[in-house]
Amino acid sequence: MKKELRLSGTGGQGLILAGIILAEAALLDGKLAIQSQSYGPEARGGSSKSEVIISDKAIHFPKVTKPNLLLAMSQEASKKYSEDLTAESILVTDSLFVQTLPAHSGKVYELPITHTAKEVLGKALFANIIALGAIVKLTGIVSEESLINAVLNRVPKGTEELNKKAIQLGMDLIK
Amino acid sequence: MKMEEMIDTYFRPGRLPHIWCPGCGNGIVTGCIVKAINKLDLQKDSVAVISGIGCSSRASGYLDFNTVHSAHGRALPVATGVKLADPGLNVIVVTGDGDASAIGGNHLIHAARRNIDMTVVLYNNNIYGMTGGQYSPLTPEHSKATTAPYGNVEKSFDIPTLVKAAGATFVARATTFHAPLLADLIAQGIAHKGFSLIEAITACPISFGRQNKLGGPGDMIKWQRDHGLQLAAYEKLGEEQRAGKFPIGVLYKAEGVKEYTEAYDELIVAAQGGK
Amino acid sequence: MSKILLLQGNQAVVEGAIAAGVKFFGGYPITPSTDVAESLAEQLPRVGGKFIQMEDEIASMGAIIGAALTGKKVMTATSGPGFSLKQELIGYACMAEIPLVIVNVQRVGPSTGQPTSPSQGDVMQARWGTHGDHWLIALTPASVSECFELTLRAYALSEKYRVPVILLMDEIIGHMREKIELPENYDEIPKVERKLPTCPPEEFKAYATDESLVPAMPPFGSGYRWHVTGLVHDETGFPKGTPAATLSATNRQHDKLYNNLDDIVEVENYAMEDAEYAIVAYGGAARAAYEAVDLARAGGMKVGLVRPITIWPFAEKQIKALASKVKHIMVHELNYGQYVLEVERVVKGAVPVTLFAKYDNDPATPDAILAEMKKAFK
Repeated sequence: MKKELRLSGTGGQGLILAGIILAEAALLDGKLAIQSQSYGPEARGGSSKSEVIISDKAIHFPKVTKPNLLLAMSQEASKKYSEDLTAESILVTDSLFVQTLPAHSGKVYELPITHTAKEVLGKALFANIIALGAIVKLTGIVSEESLINAVLNRVPKGTEELNKKAIQLGMDLIK
Repeated sequence: MKMEEMIDTYFRPGRLPHIWCPGCGNGIVTGCIVKAINKLDLQKDSVAVISGIGCSSRASGYLDFNTVHSAHGRALPVATGVKLADPGLNVIVVTGDGDASAIGGNHLIHAARRNIDMTVVLYNNNIYGMTGGQYSPLTPEHSKATTAPYGNVEKSFDIPTLVKAAGATFVARATTFHAPLLADLIAQGIAHKGFSLIEAITACPISFGRQNKLGGPGDMIKWQRDHGLQLAAYEKLGEEQRAGKFPIGVLYKAEGVKEYTEAYDELIVAAQGGK
Repeated sequence: MSKILLLQGNQAVVEGAIAAGVKFFGGYPITPSTDVAESLAEQLPRVGGKFIQMEDEIASMGAIIGAALTGKKVMTATSGPGFSLKQELIGYACMAEIPLVIVNVQRVGPSTGQPTSPSQGDVMQARWGTHGDHWLIALTPASVSECFELTLRAYALSEKYRVPVILLMDEIIGHMREKIELPENYDEIPKVERKLPTCPPEEFKAYATDESLVPAMPPFGSGYRWHVTGLVHDETGFPKGTPAATLSATNRQHDKLYNNLDDIVEVENYAMEDAEYAIVAYGGAARAAYEAVDLARAGGMKVGLVRPITIWPFAEKQIKALASKVKHIMVHELNYGQYVLEVERVVKGAVPVTLFAKYDNDPATPDAILAEMKKAFK
């Protein structure tokens, strides 16, 4: 079964890394995955898009065309990257940044992702990991164990416990 | 070693006569390079001579070393690759005023900045000779050239000042009249660990002299004799007396500046965990 | 023993370079190829190699030529505008027969164009970018695994034929990450080494050849003092501009490659066994084409994909054979139409050749290709 995810927001939110982690978690599950991205010239700010396709079979075309899920962590991204959503697509937004939802007939989850990162962990930079926890809980696209291992493989030494907590916080956002 | 013996030892059999015009000073400069190599007793296999394009750059083909006649202006990048890849080689760059300071000008300042161990012998004949007498960045102001028929309106570089500012750690100048000095300066440059440049003032009677009515080759060499002053003598002159004169000898030498390939070798040790 | 990784195409090129035994990289930063330089700056010193960021693209090309003369395997990486600047010395490397590999991760151009968007607009530049008659090899990977494999192959070909090899990538393949299985120990990978002279130095003629037409190339400092020049030269390596010498040098530089096209030219056929129609696509554009072929097959259309892996020299024999097998050929590329000109030249009207050109920053989707195929293949 092929699943297509698009993680979007602004540069500096760690969405490219989040995409890489998700793809690596899929490999740990024994599946195939492709991650690709697009971004503007800005190192910080500007729209950023990270796409992940996960499948049991060979994946040829690396870009998302029928997103099963869109994560939008900025108002601009929610508008710019939501055009190809279908009624079956899930839309997840960061409620701190996305005030006006794009037209979407499918399921919407407005989650306090960055708010939780700041309030509970004291740093907005955990938002990407919290988002991954929420997405995995919502879709089961990779196993929780592989997600934790993939996160721990990528994050700096000494931040393991905080990152594990971030994953759990993300999962807890989905009731 | 007599010059005949030097020719047999350091010039490639069958490659002479050279293409330079009668009266051209390039042969004298090239002779000084082999005298310097001879003086230092360098093994021929350990020497790489890399040139660009132009009259002077033809020298590489005549010399019996590891030689590259590269592209116009590109001798220094090629030399940088040779030296960094094999620091055991003694790298000598043969280049002209147009090759080094116009099309290769960016490479010149960056090679100097890195202080990579090589010796540049810049044959300065004030003109693009091979293409028939166009002005270069070292053509004096008001001089005539085929592309400056009303006189050159551009200022010229002072090469020693330029490369010193860029980071060269040995800078010298001599003329073909002062050939023994030139050979000695080239030897000092090769022995110096770092980026060295020797500006060799050499006459181009055909493409520069004729257009500017400077007389024959003999007159142009006499001009070198009368205008090139040892640095100490030059420095004693007042501003007005210096007009038209230029200093020769070792113009600048810095000790204790880390050489590039040595710095890189230290980087390798660090990258490999300092073992 | 092997390891499974999620790698970018550009990183797989770096792994391929290390595995091939590259010991020198000269580069200049340019999107979307910079990852190659950054990663080799870190990795080369660990294997005793050297990395240098030169003052410009021309200088980086000059530096790798110099390093190659000392016997090292060398690489540079760039994108369109930098590739143009390198062309002067690519011509030099063709004339002087210097083995080296140039990575070009193509982006939208001309000029600054769209630095982060994919394109295949340098196909003709890769072939004809430098001045004068010349021949070289260009390889086009379509997956991260192939980036690794074709980097190894680029060195094998470059050393064997003493010729510049261009790894003609695109932003899609350079930047996407996918699964790759790499050997744990690169020492086990067979390396192709440069041919060295067998005669003593006093008998050595730098460009004398045997029937392979490829001259031996001793490193500087090894006792064989030879002359390297961009001037037309005879077998001694010294300038000789007579009509006979020019003819002989030019023909040999052509023939050393074109006598060996079966060794050099590689093409992948996908679902071609019973195909009545074919799509020709390469590099990043081929990714959508595979999927379009699957979709078309599911709908009953007998179509297959022909994917040139060696993009230069042109796959003349393979495309000629294709023209006698299928009823219609569609070329899909991410430019206004470049490779299609070669396909048309060889097909010579035997069957219709349709171009699906995509040049708007985004690759064509499989659905878009399918729609074009339905229109064309009636």
